[in-house]
Amino acid sequence: MTKYLVLLAGSEGEWENADPADRERWHRAHVTFGREVGAAILGGEALDGTDTATTLRRRGGSVELTDGPYAETAEYLGGFYLLEAADLDQVVKWCALLPEIYSIEIRPCIQIEGMTD
Amino acid sequence: MEPIEVVWRDEWGRLLALLVAQTRRLDLAEDALADAFERAARSWPDAGMPDNPPAWLMTAAKRRVLDRLRAEAVAAKKQPLLAVEEVKRLEGLGRDTPLVPRGTRPAGSDDLLRLVLLAAHPALSQEAGAALTLRLVLGVSTADIARLFLVPEPTMAARLTRARKKVVAAGVPLAIPDDEVLPQRLETVARVAYLAFTAGYAPGSGEGVLRAELSGEAIRLVHLVRATGRAAADNSALQALLALMLLQHARRDARVGADGSLVLLPEQDRSTWHRDEIDEGMALLGELVGTRGVTLESALAAEYVLQALIAAEHARATSAADTDWLTIADYYRQLEDLTGSPVVRLNRAVAVAEAGDLTGALGLLDGLEEALPHSHRLPAVRAELLARAGRHTEAVAAFDLAIERCANARERQQLAARRNRVAT
Repeated sequence: MTKYLVLLAGSEGEWENADPADRERWHRAHVTFGREVGAAILGGEALDGTDTATTLRRRGGSVELTDGPYAETAEYLGGFYLLEAADLDQVVKWCALLPEIYSIEIRPCIQIEGMTD
Repeated sequence: MEPIEVVWRDEWGRLLALLVAQTRRLDLAEDALADAFERAARSWPDAGMPDNPPAWLMTAAKRRVLDRLRAEAVAAKKQPLLAVEEVKRLEGLGRDTPLVPRGTRPAGSDDLLRLVLLAAHPALSQEAGAALTLRLVLGVSTADIARLFLVPEPTMAARLTRARKKVVAAGVPLAIPDDEVLPQRLETVARVAYLAFTAGYAPGSGEGVLRAELSGEAIRLVHLVRATGRAAADNSALQALLALMLLQHARRDARVGADGSLVLLPEQDRSTWHRDEIDEGMALLGELVGTRGVTLESALAAEYVLQALIAAEHARATSAADTDWLTIADYYRQLEDLTGSPVVRLNRAVAVAEAGDLTGALGLLDGLEEALPHSHRLPAVRAELLARAGRHTEAVAAFDLAIERCANARERQQLAARRNRVAT
């Protein structure tokens, strides 16, 4: 089994500014996803907007904080799931249940020796 | 062909598929099988061919995988038990699995399909998928794949390494997906095969003939895939693609002149076209169009069918003058409706002009400049049409633009010669 981080990217504010019927539909999609994937979901959260983000960089021994996300992009990370699956096809099949508003990046996690979970 | 080359050609994909299925190690399996073939090349000439060459190769390859696994177990002292268990499992497999029966198609054909679907997975770019599929399924050498795609061999080797790494790390499975997903995945196989096919016909320098031969590997791939079972044999995109490739590839010998230059369709010696391949393509196409018409449920299949129908019209014509351009122009219209491609529109304009409607053809070129700003073919076609319409000054200007944009020296010469004839 491999752990996969599923990153949900979309337009900022799309969820908040959508009409209630769409929001309800998308919400139901997440619920269906949760039911289908079940215990294979190891974690997942919806993230607050990038206007609430703080980026930390360490330069020459000092910690520098900047307001905003680490990269300005057209699509912003809006949430994530951490899943456990046998293979990529399984993850793709599950992700097809999620709302169509996202670009979904699927990243396998690497097992690092000496790190236990 | 040497006997071992025949075995390589016929058995590589099936053996690798079995080996990957049993060892679950793509990286080790590929190296081990290549190594087994090398051993065979050294020992068979003296010792003679074994009774069952695939079984011999499979045993040698499996032994090699076991050696590597043992070496890994020693190197990674942390998990010796795991590796030892794996070695045991494989040793067991060697004893109780009947080795590959020779020449029987059904045995191992699911394994082969799994390998094809892994290599031509949509998680890879089509270029990477095409290269990996040729390598894993057909055993085409990295050097030949590099020549096909017109890149230096180290570049192709790096591209293949990246693709293998992605397949392993991302967890692309060695599996046949559900019935709802499988047709789509087979269409990805078709796209990948067609990419490999067209690469062989892309203009390159010098080695044109050899590269057209490599295009034939894409045909072999689709034949192999269609032989794996019903799902693949019934896939209309794969069938249409096979028809299309057969019809186009049948003209390969006529495309190259005595001096190695490209011979265009009107000037080709049609007696050198491979009639048996044309017949095979026509039969496949007839099955598709006959039963379902051009409106297939799959857009990709419909696209390939229309392209194949165009190739079939050319194949049917006994001479260039005999070509039914009206029918071809209509197929291009349908193809343009389906794809919205500006290149298709350009080809449609040529067909419309050949069918006798110069004004209509020139009208079709309007607005294409925006979609094809760097194309030399667009001004070249416009120039030719203008020349035929007797508008010589405009034609010369269009030829000049085409010459300026054309990157291929030989084609530039041909354009310049034509321009000068029109100018005088």
